[in-house]
Amino acid sequence: MIYETSFTAILVFLFFACGVLGISVYLGRRAKSAAGYFAAGGGIHWAVNGIAFAGDYLSAASFLGICGMIAFFGYDGFLYSIGYLAGWIVALFIVAEPLKRLGRFTFADALDNRFNSRGIKLAAAVSTLVVSCFYLIPQMVGAGALVQPLLGLPHYGGVLLIGGIVTIVVTTAGMVSTTWLQFIKGGLLVVLCAMITVMILARGLTTRPTTADGREVPLMRHGLSLAEIASGGTVLPEEGGWRGAPYVRVRTAEGRVLVYRKDGDTYSEAQTVNVLPDGRKLVNGLPHGKAEGEADLQPVGYVSKLPGGVEETGPLGPFAFIRTMQQSEVIAWRSQKIAEAGGSETTVYYQRPTSGADFMSPGSSPVFSKVRSARIFDKLDFLSLMLALFCGTASLPHILIRYYTVKDQDSARKSTVVGIAAIGCFYVLTLFLGLGAMTSGALDVTDSNMSAPLLARSLSEFLFAVLSAVAFTTVLGTVSGLIMAASGAVAHDLMANVLKIPMDDFRKVVAAKAAALCVGVLAILLGILFARMNVNFLVGWAFNIAASANLPSLVMLLFWKHTTKQGITAAIVVGMVSSLAWILMSAQAYQDVYGLNPGDALVPFSQPAIVTIPLGFLVLVAVSLMTRRKAGMPETAGAFSGQWS
Amino acid sequence: MDFKSVVTEEKEDTAVVSHNSRAGVLLFLVYTTIYGGFMLLSAFAPRWMSEPFLGGVNLAVAYGFGLIAAAMVLAVLYVKVCRKQ
Repeated sequence: MIYETSFTAILVFLFFACGVLGISVYLGRRAKSAAGYFAAGGGIHWAVNGIAFAGDYLSAASFLGICGMIAFFGYDGFLYSIGYLAGWIVALFIVAEPLKRLGRFTFADALDNRFNSRGIKLAAAVSTLVVSCFYLIPQMVGAGALVQPLLGLPHYGGVLLIGGIVTIVVTTAGMVSTTWLQFIKGGLLVVLCAMITVMILARGLTTRPTTADGREVPLMRHGLSLAEIASGGTVLPEEGGWRGAPYVRVRTAEGRVLVYRKDGDTYSEAQTVNVLPDGRKLVNGLPHGKAEGEADLQPVGYVSKLPGGVEETGPLGPFAFIRTMQQSEVIAWRSQKIAEAGGSETTVYYQRPTSGADFMSPGSSPVFSKVRSARIFDKLDFLSLMLALFCGTASLPHILIRYYTVKDQDSARKSTVVGIAAIGCFYVLTLFLGLGAMTSGALDVTDSNMSAPLLARSLSEFLFAVLSAVAFTTVLGTVSGLIMAASGAVAHDLMANVLKIPMDDFRKVVAAKAAALCVGVLAILLGILFARMNVNFLVGWAFNIAASANLPSLVMLLFWKHTTKQGITAAIVVGMVSSLAWILMSAQAYQDVYGLNPGDALVPFSQPAIVTIPLGFLVLVAVSLMTRRKAGMPETAGAFSGQWS
Repeated sequence: MDFKSVVTEEKEDTAVVSHNSRAGVLLFLVYTTIYGGFMLLSAFAPRWMSEPFLGGVNLAVAYGFGLIAAAMVLAVLYVKVCRKQ
């Protein structure tokens, strides 16, 4: 779809960006020490830190990606919400307190507290860098994808803009400005989503959606007969990839080719995008554009049948809204690629009436359709992803470092509770936002990530501007947290502790800022390189790698007193390498990254966590047992021994 | 906010540490059971998930909201149970 550049959106975004830079420069002048730079001097109030947790965690992928997935496929997107939130329970109950007790600036500090081993520091720092980079790519790609339609900039322009601002934020003031940025963004996001949810419930559900200014949205027709679609035109013969496919092509009197989907005896209007060999794009049989004689894809997504045959429900309460959705029928959209006889490719977007009973329970999307399959490996794939989401949160470096910004363990606990409350509320709202977008008549069939902003546009133009600006700030916030984590890993763990470069506090901060600059540039490059990758998919990978590499050593260090430094190092290395290798050999990577036949993949399912997390534990135990005697008693650990300080 | 303030050094009290750890592990097990139940139901009995459950809202949505609410309740409970140093 072609979007009109919104000047209000640009203004609101500039206002936010300037505010963020202003705060950062102001705070930057006050935070000079290493403790100030890496951990905000441990002086952040727990409530602020709690909302900042939400800001760190609610990345562009979880905000735009989950809303988009619910808008397109229903309940399945909400499974991500559930998994992402559940991860916080592991973080709070198992990891938060010991981590706060053991570490100073980084995750490696905590792991290495007892052993003083260069191996652990090196492995932990490398795993922090790998996970941060994997998590950075989707954020940067998401930034580019957002900027493209909203500000009219090309993809790389968006990536450069976001990357530039974030690098300035991190290099000027470090953790203090990052925390405040997260606080502002987290707060805004939750409040804004609550407002939109109220508006969705007040609007209720209707079979005739309207735009913000009250115009009725033209709906694509369905349930047509062959005579109706063929009148005044000619039905084209099946050729090329169309042979045997459930479509009928009709050439109209004006020479335009329209495509209809055949379901039994009835036909429904479809939308097509045909990219010609010379790069020109035809949409619904006309050149792509907004001018006379050109066509653009139509906005989609509405309720086709409401319970009781009514046309609109009027305002609904939250539970009545869910109940009504369960009993309604919605026109969902799916796509199929067809190779044309002339060598070009056409993507057909077709209507699929879907009942509420179907899309309001797990398994209606391609990602989670596996839960409805009878194959055991398909079910394992699903369970493995949910396990990765559960275990991954507590292993994400940019979340872990936030525990060092508050003054004591009590504050760490309280701020996690505030974080859980804010994030939990947000995830409940995602279900309403997604379902609201699904029925708003405003969706873009080609881009699910735009669902939340488009939903806002269907309610009010100003809301759209604010939501888009908050989405940008979302990307800014998460990226700055990640760059912070990565720069800490380089300066504090790698340079100061592994390479033993002698550095005073001042030089350590300078080194971290230089590292932040390098990581920022790297993130910009990766964001441009991976422009075509699916955002949500990459986030799932990051969770898998984080959980496999970091969780076994973190947990065993705390709960098993025979853990040795060799065991920890081996578990991190094996967890990281095995999960990474599994992902690179999976069917999903074959299909989306290399463009090969997914059937040839070397591993039976795509999500590694269910295999690689236990493997990490196993390696840790085996290596620890083998090295126990040699290492001697002082080299072992145990959480309850009380001998840490 | 004073960024130059020294981070408070916390004194370790073995009893407090082990009390808090035990509370954490116990609540973690409670939540893991609820979460695991949800995942197993989704994977092995997806049909049940679309059945109306609470006030007409289906099991999938009710259980999902329940998991989010449970996380919040257990988190507050944990803070109440934990002892300060």
